[in-house]
Amino acid sequence: MEMSLITIASIVFLLACFVGYHVIWGVTPALHTPLMAVTNAISGVVVVAAMFVAGGSEGLAQWIGFVAVALASINIFGGFVVTRRMLAMFKKKERK
Amino acid sequence: MQKIHFPDGTTVSFAPETTIEKIQDASVALWNTLKPADAELSGFLTGDFFALSYMAAAILFILGLKGLASPATARRGNLFAMLGMVLAIGVTFLHPSVTSYGFIIGGMAVGAVIGIPIALRINMTSMPQLVAILHSFVGLAAVLVAAGMYLADPASHDGVGLFEIFMGAWIGAITFTGSVIAFGKLQGIFRSAPVVFKGQHMVNLAIFVAMIYFGVQFVMHHDFTSFMIMCALALVLGITLIIPIGGADMPVIVSMLNSYSGWAAAATGFTLNNMVLIVAGAIIGSSGAILSYIMCRAMNRSFISVVLGGFGAEETGASDKQDAAQKGIKEAAIEDAAYMMENGSSVIIVPGYGMAVAQAQHALKEAAEILEEKGVDVKFAIHPVAGRMPGHMNVLLAEADVSYDKVEEMDDINSSFSQTDVVLVVGANDVVNPDAKDDSSSPLYGMPILEAYKANMVYVVKRSMNTGYSGVENSLFFRDNTYLVFGDAKDIAEGLVSTLKGAGH
Repeated sequence: MEMSLITIASIVFLLACFVGYHVIWGVTPALHTPLMAVTNAISGVVVVAAMFVAGGSEGLAQWIGFVAVALASINIFGGFVVTRRMLAMFKKKERK
Repeated sequence: MQKIHFPDGTTVSFAPETTIEKIQDASVALWNTLKPADAELSGFLTGDFFALSYMAAAILFILGLKGLASPATARRGNLFAMLGMVLAIGVTFLHPSVTSYGFIIGGMAVGAVIGIPIALRINMTSMPQLVAILHSFVGLAAVLVAAGMYLADPASHDGVGLFEIFMGAWIGAITFTGSVIAFGKLQGIFRSAPVVFKGQHMVNLAIFVAMIYFGVQFVMHHDFTSFMIMCALALVLGITLIIPIGGADMPVIVSMLNSYSGWAAAATGFTLNNMVLIVAGAIIGSSGAILSYIMCRAMNRSFISVVLGGFGAEETGASDKQDAAQKGIKEAAIEDAAYMMENGSSVIIVPGYGMAVAQAQHALKEAAEILEEKGVDVKFAIHPVAGRMPGHMNVLLAEADVSYDKVEEMDDINSSFSQTDVVLVVGANDVVNPDAKDDSSSPLYGMPILEAYKANMVYVVKRSMNTGYSGVENSLFFRDNTYLVFGDAKDIAEGLVSTLKGAGH
């Protein structure tokens, strides 16, 4: 017997929710803002879907894909750069 | 010629068409030289290769988030996440379904040209706005991907496929307009006060039901018009769901929209059966949900009551100083506070949103440094909901160069207040209200607070006698050991610095 794709996808999804639950509770509250910024960047991974539309279709769909790639890329570049900038600020200073 | 205007007045102009064309041409040329010959590729570019590569990217994302467990490992974590993204994108370029590259590379160039300058210039006080608007982009991208996937080949989708497209589109659409409204409220484009009207929840419910109806029409009858109507309704719903929520509930809402943006990405992943999208989406979805939960718990409110909105709707009248005096508060000058602080042995500073608005963090850090030089132990105490997004205060203090081991979370520092000489509350109110602990009739009752009132002396820096966001009177102000210092937080912090400097030498 074979599993359908949506069943496999659902299993992966549910397991990932559990992984997420445990990983996120481990994030120190002081870094909750960088956490949101980096999840902004990671959610830009919809760019993969947008790439299939922009690079695998024609006409209107291709233009729609182009806009989606651009939007997702703003998230990727903006999210990672701002996270990097923020994390660079979290320093522990030597005691004088 | 396009112009980007930044809030600080500077303008960057560029010609998108020519710039993008140049980047496109160069990238395509580069790609053609680097791309392995087709014969070479076909051998290992199997479905398994793609699945495993995407899984590796997902694991890099997880390692990236895991790095945020401590500031020491966080930068490495961010690097892992970036590698994951590079891998996910790189592998997609190799995928046989991706046959043309111009639109992709052009879109990425546009994203970089817009995203990078904003990320480099954004003021840390404005982080909640940036995060909100980035959520909206993910939402809109998810809607566009759903529409694009359908239009690329309408006949190829079966019922399950259409259902997945429908899911991606409506979650994305609500995320999009909801985040735009949250952005507008945070940025001050719209009033941040809740917009409430009679029957609001019934209207929302009606829109939701209609949206589902047209979604079902789309899935059952393959009807693109229904899809468009469904999207339009979801866009409206995003607006009507967020307008009743007030400014100080924004930490919950920004987290919630964070969660939605993850679910939207996951739904898109289901459409493509793409595991990196599903895993990343699920983790971001859980992340936002957990942050919403933490924020609600810190306000002792249920998630439902926050989402239904309307809290803090009444603007309480501003009573002025004379009024305050009648109520029996004691006013102090900043010089008094400075004197007490430098002669004490321990000081805790409690910052709130008022500090962010006044941009007082730099002056406060300087004051803390001078006090430390005089041998006073200075700590900062942060309440989880201080500010407009989770962790907002921590970032502002980090920006001002405050060492992170001087900044403590509520649960860690509450036991220290009773051995503290002076507490300086800057622009915070409800989070230090003792009624939340001992007055069961107070609306705040049960909310965990920073127990500032236990200190020997409390100085509260306030602009006026206005109540906090909750509209509740703060009994801390009337305590014997509490003194109020009226004025702008930044002016007062600067006054503190100059007094401390003057007295010390």
